[in-house]
Amino acid sequence: MTLAEGHRSSAGKYVAIYLVILVIAALQFVIAYSNISASQMFTRMLLLAIVEAGLALLFFMHLTDNHGLLWFVVIFTVFVLLAMQYGWTDSFRLSDGVQWAT
Amino acid sequence: MSQAEITMGGHSGLTAGPAFSVPAKKMAMWLFIIADTATFAGCMVAYGFLRNATPNWPRPFHSVTTVAIMTFILVTSSLTMLLGIDAARMGDKAKALRWTLITAAAGALFALLHVREWLALIDEGMRLFKNPWGTGLFGASFFSITGLHLLHVTGGVIALVAVGLRYQRGRYSADDLEITGLYWHFVDLVWMFVVPLVYLLNLGH
Repeated sequence: MTLAEGHRSSAGKYVAIYLVILVIAALQFVIAYSNISASQMFTRMLLLAIVEAGLALLFFMHLTDNHGLLWFVVIFTVFVLLAMQYGWTDSFRLSDGVQWAT
Repeated sequence: MSQAEITMGGHSGLTAGPAFSVPAKKMAMWLFIIADTATFAGCMVAYGFLRNATPNWPRPFHSVTTVAIMTFILVTSSLTMLLGIDAARMGDKAKALRWTLITAAAGALFALLHVREWLALIDEGMRLFKNPWGTGLFGASFFSITGLHLLHVTGGVIALVAVGLRYQRGRYSADDLEITGLYWHFVDLVWMFVVPLVYLLNLGH
């Protein structure tokens, strides 16, 4: 069996996911012009970005086809991302006008 | 059992097959993507820290039309990349090359628009460590994050053309095209976070 015979086109699925991602991206622009607080805006935009990225990872980068690789990538990446969040309390301390610790 | 026998596959425990049944080249790209995710995440977290802790953070963007067009181009280029890989899997080399070159052209257009946008900001007085609107840290973080992304886009365009042409000449396979596609999707994925956090949250109302 040749490669061409064994492969069915997934173009339709790709176009559907592409349109969903475009709609989510457009929603972010709508949120940017809405009259809400900066923290609400940040939360909503970040959530939408995570959904967008998830769709791209699963369907564009084909992680749905390999569950072992999916868990490897997700666990490793999420661990690294979480490890980077340790400094936020200090950021809020500075934003409240508290001086550097001596 | 000698080392040579182990290396040649004589020891089933050591040579059971590639990790997660993924070819070595593809696995290498995934490891690069994970590492690069950490690089971009580090930049974004540092940016978030500075933005949160700095009272006079500038919000210089009055229109995001160019950014919206750039986003559309980059997301669309991910689709054209997929169509190229799809064609390669079907054995249609000419179509695969055409979609790959369209992807590269979209990437080049994105880069040009990005440079144009940078020049407009520089023209308004924005520099790496100073700007007319507020803290100079804005320029440092903005140019660092978008510059790193632009560097990835430029590298991706070169890689797409190089791999596409070699694929057409028969030196590379559809798998190689797919691996380059993984990188291109990653560049798109990073932009999905750069747009809301760096551009849209700094939109002046």
